[in-house]
Amino acid sequence: MTDQPLVSGPDPEIDEQAYGALQDKGPIAPPRSQWYDVWNQFKHHKGAMFGGFFLIFITLFVLIGPYIWTLDAQKLDIRAKDMRPIWTLIWDSEAKAAWAHPFGTDQLGRDLLANLIKGGRASMAVGWAAMILALVIGTFVGVVAGYFRRADFWLMRFTDLVLSLPILPLLLVAVTLFRQPLRANFGPETGMFILIVGVVGITSWMQTARIVRGDILALKEREFILAARSIGTKNSKIIRRHLLPNVISPITVSATLGLATAIITESALSFLGVGFPSDFPTWGKLLADAVQRMEQFPERVLLPGIAISLTVLSVNYLGDGLRDALDPRIRGR
Amino acid sequence: MITFAIRRLILSIPTLLFISLVIFLLLQLAPGDPMAQVPLTVPPEVKEKMRIALGLGEPLYVQYWKWMVQFFWVEPMVFIDWLTRDSTLLGWLPDTSFYDGRLRMLSWQTRGPVMDLVVQSMPQTIWVVGMAYVVGVLIALPIGIYSAYRHYSVFDQTGTFITMIGFSIPPFFTGPLLIVIFAVQLGWLPSNYNTVHEVTNWDTFVYQLKQMVLPVMVLALQTTAQISRYMRSAMLDNLGQDYVRTARAKGLREGVVVMVHVLRNSMIPVVTVIALGIPAIFGGAIITENVFGVNGIGYQLLIALFANDIPTVMTLTFIFAILIVLFNLIADVLYGVLDPRIRYD
Repeated sequence: MTDQPLVSGPDPEIDEQAYGALQDKGPIAPPRSQWYDVWNQFKHHKGAMFGGFFLIFITLFVLIGPYIWTLDAQKLDIRAKDMRPIWTLIWDSEAKAAWAHPFGTDQLGRDLLANLIKGGRASMAVGWAAMILALVIGTFVGVVAGYFRRADFWLMRFTDLVLSLPILPLLLVAVTLFRQPLRANFGPETGMFILIVGVVGITSWMQTARIVRGDILALKEREFILAARSIGTKNSKIIRRHLLPNVISPITVSATLGLATAIITESALSFLGVGFPSDFPTWGKLLADAVQRMEQFPERVLLPGIAISLTVLSVNYLGDGLRDALDPRIRGR
Repeated sequence: MITFAIRRLILSIPTLLFISLVIFLLLQLAPGDPMAQVPLTVPPEVKEKMRIALGLGEPLYVQYWKWMVQFFWVEPMVFIDWLTRDSTLLGWLPDTSFYDGRLRMLSWQTRGPVMDLVVQSMPQTIWVVGMAYVVGVLIALPIGIYSAYRHYSVFDQTGTFITMIGFSIPPFFTGPLLIVIFAVQLGWLPSNYNTVHEVTNWDTFVYQLKQMVLPVMVLALQTTAQISRYMRSAMLDNLGQDYVRTARAKGLREGVVVMVHVLRNSMIPVVTVIALGIPAIFGGAIITENVFGVNGIGYQLLIALFANDIPTVMTLTFIFAILIVLFNLIADVLYGVLDPRIRYD
């Protein structure tokens, strides 16, 4: 027997205990979004942060550069030819160097800094365009192969076939042989741009396609796709609204790899002498032209080479960091 | 396993046919004219006859068929004849003399058989590229093993950084850079590869070694960067496994645990990657061969391209394709042989 009746009015003391236990006393953290977690992981990856910042820097350098350093890259100034960069004055006060051309000039008196900016524009433009083309093709093939079972077999066999093509020799063949007509139709620079972007894009979509297909295969068996289908969502809408947003992270990672490959391939083609026309600078072409006299003027090889290497390095690091940040299994470690 | 290997071998035939068709059509669609070098004084009807003499007048499928017959029938016959007549390996066999004087694949540059060109330049490529690959792998494996074992140590951090750099610096930059440092500034090594150099005594052997150092270094840097990354991640995967703890718990020495138990399991994917990387490095050697003037097949390909020498370009590109398909096959089969968990049937 208890002293208190079983049914009674609300006892303020018990009430407080009961509700008190139900209430959360801990500090309530604001809800975190997925992208906040990704950023949190990403910013701990020093290399990736460096890569990201350098990529932004170099992009701004080539985009805004021509407005700050207004010298024309093609302007010949034969009196100011073979100037050394300004820092050679530190150990050699006799050197032919001046602030008018801080990175020096080449054998025709063209300013190296202006050439680097203009060449960077070309290299970055080719890299981004080829990467986007490869991503579009790769994602399309991957989604179609992963989603539609009937297309899967043939599309993947085709991907395997393209993977076993000898890429660099074929690139060389294609660029050398199709140079003339494209130049005639679109002008020397645009024609070459279309050609290089096209061949690099067409030959580098296979990895993206494979990764996207694998992810789509796993995703389309999940319940939310079943739910979407059960309310009568069309295939195209399922792909656009439900599947594509879920494969964004592998696509992003392969985008960084694609950008690095595209920049290197373009420079390699320029280096082998099958790239852009001779008066149109790209980093690879600047490097190739300078190799002949690199004993006297090592900076002409070093500066474009370092530009290529640092850009590719930062893109690779960025990809590394993104892979870690976008993978929820690694996040938080 | 054997059935799988045979099935893969048979499957690679349509692959190769497809690749040869792609290369052939690419070259046919290309607007380059092999008659462009002929002087303008030659009358057009003579030019037309020259074109027919080169086999350009025929329809596409006839040209393609003739090329296939030359590549897969005539050239192997010549090769077998050479094997049984002149080679030291099989020279004791009776001379087969299959070759009946049919037209071989002729280069438009040299007017000689393309295969002679390949036979001459292949050893150079194999020496430099093969040596580079072996050196690269030999350096990469210990780096990968040690940086995985000492995860997050200073060695691991620097190793990862250096491999990342090696991954990112293109060979057309490292090549000139090394030439400037070692050939020009220090003067230790020759900058150009002397392809007619013959090894007859100790001094010439030393010279041969010296001139191989730079191209091998450039190529090996790339290989090292890739393989050591794979080695490291494969070791990391295996070091966390339960069987490692068991091996340690039963009192095995650390060296045995790492070098026998973990290493053997980690080598499975790495061996595949090594096999897969071989054709890629042949392709990548095109640039290195050009930087150092190594007279290999990549160099020949570039010369043939600039000279519009279509038979040579086609054959060399196809040889690259054969290498890729072959090593893909080897990698697949190796994976099955090495890893008993993989079943193909």
